[in-house]
Amino acid sequence: MNFFTFIIEYGPKFTSAAIVTAQVFVYSVILAVFISMVFGIMRLSKNFFIQAIATIYIEFYRGTSLIIQMFWIYYVLPLFGLPLPALLAGVLALGMNFGAYGAEVFRAGILAVPKGQWEGATALNFSKIKRMQRIIIPQIYPIILPPAANLAVELLKGTALVSLITLVDLMFVAKQINMMTWFSAQSFGLALIIYFIMARFILVPFLRWLEVLAARKVGRGKV
Amino acid sequence: MYVEWRWEWSFEILPQMLWATLNTFLAAGVGYAIAAIVGILFMLGQRTSYKIINIPTREIVEFIRSTPLLVQLFFVYFVAPQFGLTLSAWVCAMITIGLHYGTYLSEVYRGALEGVPKTQWEACRALNFSTSYNYRKIILPQAFPIAIPGMGNYLVGIFKDTPLLATIGVAELFFTANSIGAYTYRYLEPYTMVGVIFLVISLPTAFGIRRLEATVNKAQGKVNV
Repeated sequence: MNFFTFIIEYGPKFTSAAIVTAQVFVYSVILAVFISMVFGIMRLSKNFFIQAIATIYIEFYRGTSLIIQMFWIYYVLPLFGLPLPALLAGVLALGMNFGAYGAEVFRAGILAVPKGQWEGATALNFSKIKRMQRIIIPQIYPIILPPAANLAVELLKGTALVSLITLVDLMFVAKQINMMTWFSAQSFGLALIIYFIMARFILVPFLRWLEVLAARKVGRGKV
Repeated sequence: MYVEWRWEWSFEILPQMLWATLNTFLAAGVGYAIAAIVGILFMLGQRTSYKIINIPTREIVEFIRSTPLLVQLFFVYFVAPQFGLTLSAWVCAMITIGLHYGTYLSEVYRGALEGVPKTQWEACRALNFSTSYNYRKIILPQAFPIAIPGMGNYLVGIFKDTPLLATIGVAELFFTANSIGAYTYRYLEPYTMVGVIFLVISLPTAFGIRRLEATVNKAQGKVNV
């Protein structure tokens, strides 16, 4: 069976699987962005306890593997009476893991905003929250988007792991078809190509566009 | 259903887990050594001015970097035998890790070389140093400290990705935890212990790398801001 007949026969299966992968990716990104904002700001707090909590969280998630966290959430939490559906467990593991990496990016972004901006906001008698919300945060997007784009690609690649906790994503379908037909090169090859297309031709251009947009919003871009 | 942590049982399986940790170290170490060399090749391939080499290398690197390691592992493991190459799980794992992280390390090397100020190259040209002397004595000593943090991060990264190798049957730490769990129906202790072992190893390593970075920077006369 050549590659094209393979695509015609199994294409629909791969398409629906790619949609699952995209779903997991989008949910995890939302969770990861939220977590990285919260912990990135907590990491900069002057309060010792808040800072310690954020540091412990970040070091913990960066110190262990994603796959172990995912298996722990999916296979061990039910033993404590907390069974989670596979999708939720996968999204939680991905979001919390990449949230920890994102928090560092976010923190670096906040620190990279010039000091004059902080002083200016203070001089204009902005409250702490207003200063963060109106002055600092809008300026960090052009700074954090390039490293965030790298993380997003990593996250997309990380979604392949949810196949190991029984979610029917691209990797799962590729494995399944490989087991049924032994067209290994075709099934895994097609999965690789779909991942590549998703990363290179959809995700990365979108993030580049966001970068340009963010740079223009703060008046740094080429208009 | 509530499961209790059994201490004496965890001590019972601890030796087995620690032996498996050695396999994890072996996988990470060999994988890193291969990746470091493959990284140099990829970097050279991307830096040459021959378009015939330079463009395909860039595309291959881009492809490997944007597809998941897990799928690549299965691809190599299942497809190589179809071409008459029957490789053991270990060999497949090392090839895949080497290629995957080689692409990342090539970026680190490239960034380090580009991080050396251009005036250094120009000064070498002006002083009429040979290319090899220039690289050995001027460029590489300055590029190396720039590469250290990136190289260190990927060492930890490879170490944290070794559990993926369990999926194709490399008997490392996570594989052992899985098989203990399958044998006894107790997953709480093995999985938790794997997490703790990883934490205990990767945190000090990451800390050490940060220290090394500071030391090297100081030795180079750069103040670590």
